[in-house]
Amino acid sequence: MNLIYNWMYYIASGGLILIGLYIVLVKTNLIKIVIGLHFVNTGVNILLICIGYIRGRTAPIFSKPGINPTNVVDPVPQALVLTAIVIGVAVLALALSIVIKVYGHNKTLNVSRIKGLKW
Amino acid sequence: MRRIISLIILAVIAVGFILTFSQIPFGKDKIDVANYYIKKGIEETGAVNIVTSVVLNYRGFDTLGEVTILFVAAIGLGTVLFVEKKVKEIASKSEDRSKRASLILRTGSHLLFPLILLFGAYVFVHGHLTPGGGFQGGAVIASGFLLMYLAFPRQSIDKKSFSVVESLGGLIFVGIGLLGLVFSGYFLTNFLPKGIPNTIFSAGIIPIIYIALGLKIGFELTSIIDDLLGRSR
Repeated sequence: MNLIYNWMYYIASGGLILIGLYIVLVKTNLIKIVIGLHFVNTGVNILLICIGYIRGRTAPIFSKPGINPTNVVDPVPQALVLTAIVIGVAVLALALSIVIKVYGHNKTLNVSRIKGLKW
Repeated sequence: MRRIISLIILAVIAVGFILTFSQIPFGKDKIDVANYYIKKGIEETGAVNIVTSVVLNYRGFDTLGEVTILFVAAIGLGTVLFVEKKVKEIASKSEDRSKRASLILRTGSHLLFPLILLFGAYVFVHGHLTPGGGFQGGAVIASGFLLMYLAFPRQSIDKKSFSVVESLGGLIFVGIGLLGLVFSGYFLTNFLPKGIPNTIFSAGIIPIIYIALGLKIGFELTSIIDDLLGRSR
C-alpha cells in the first residue's frame, strides 16, 4: 500500500514509456508504431509533471488570497509540458502524414514488407 | 527472436528507470531554481499565474523556439500532403454529394461552435490570471473547427486568410521581442507597464503575446486538420 502511495505516478509514467517502446520495437504496422511513439510522449509528460509535484500544495497561481510562496508546486515542469503537449499533437500529425505517403508509395503499412526498412 | 531481444532491451531500460527514480522521492519539496520565480515572479512580471510568467517571460526565448517547431511541423505536413490532395479533390468531387452528417450533429455544432470559440478566446485572454493561455486556448479553438469539419465535411476553411492570421501571430511575437530589444536592451523584455496584479490589464507584454499565440496555434492546428481531412474528401 505504501509502495503504491509513494510511487504510483512514477510507475504509471514508466509503464506508459515502456509500453510505447515495446510497441515501437515489436509491432510491424506503421500506424501502431506512431501510436507507440505517442505513448512515449504521454509518459514523458506525466513523468515531468509528477517530478514537480509536491504533496499537499496547490497550483502556482496567486489569484486567490491565502496562496503564498510556501504552498505552491514547482512551475517549471508545468511550463515545459504545456508547450510539449501541443507540439506532440503537431508532430503526431506530421508522422501520420508521412505514414500516408509511405502507404501511397508501397501499398502496405507492414514495415517488414517495405524494402529498406527491415531489421 | 525479435520479441525476446526487445524485451531484454526494455528490461535494461526499466532497471535504469527504477534505479534513477528511487533516488527522486515523489511529492517531496525539491524546488531549486523555481524558488526565485515563485518569490519574485509577481513583482517582476506582474502576472499572478507563475507558469505563464515562466513560459513567456523567464523562458520566452525557449517558447519562441517551440512555436517555431510547431510551425515547421505544420509546414512539413502541408508539404508532404500537398501534391496528392489536389488530384484527389478533383476526382472525388462528384461522388461525395450525398454524404452529409446527421441532423443532430449539424444542429448541435451550430449552437456549440460560437461557444467553443468564445471559451477558447477566454482561456487565452486570461492566460496571466487563471490556468490557461495561448497554447490551451488555441487547442480549444482548433477543436471547435474540428467539430465544424465533422458536421459539414464538404465545406472547408479559407486557407489564405488563415495563414495570414497565423503569420501575423508569429510576427507579433517576434516584433514584441524586438521592441523589447529597442526599449530595454534585451530580446523579449517586459517593457510595458506591469499594472496592478490580478487585473486584466496587467503583466505588460504577456497578454498581448498570449493573444497572438492563441490565434496562431488555433489556426495552425486547424490547417493541420484541414490538410489531414483533405486527403479523405
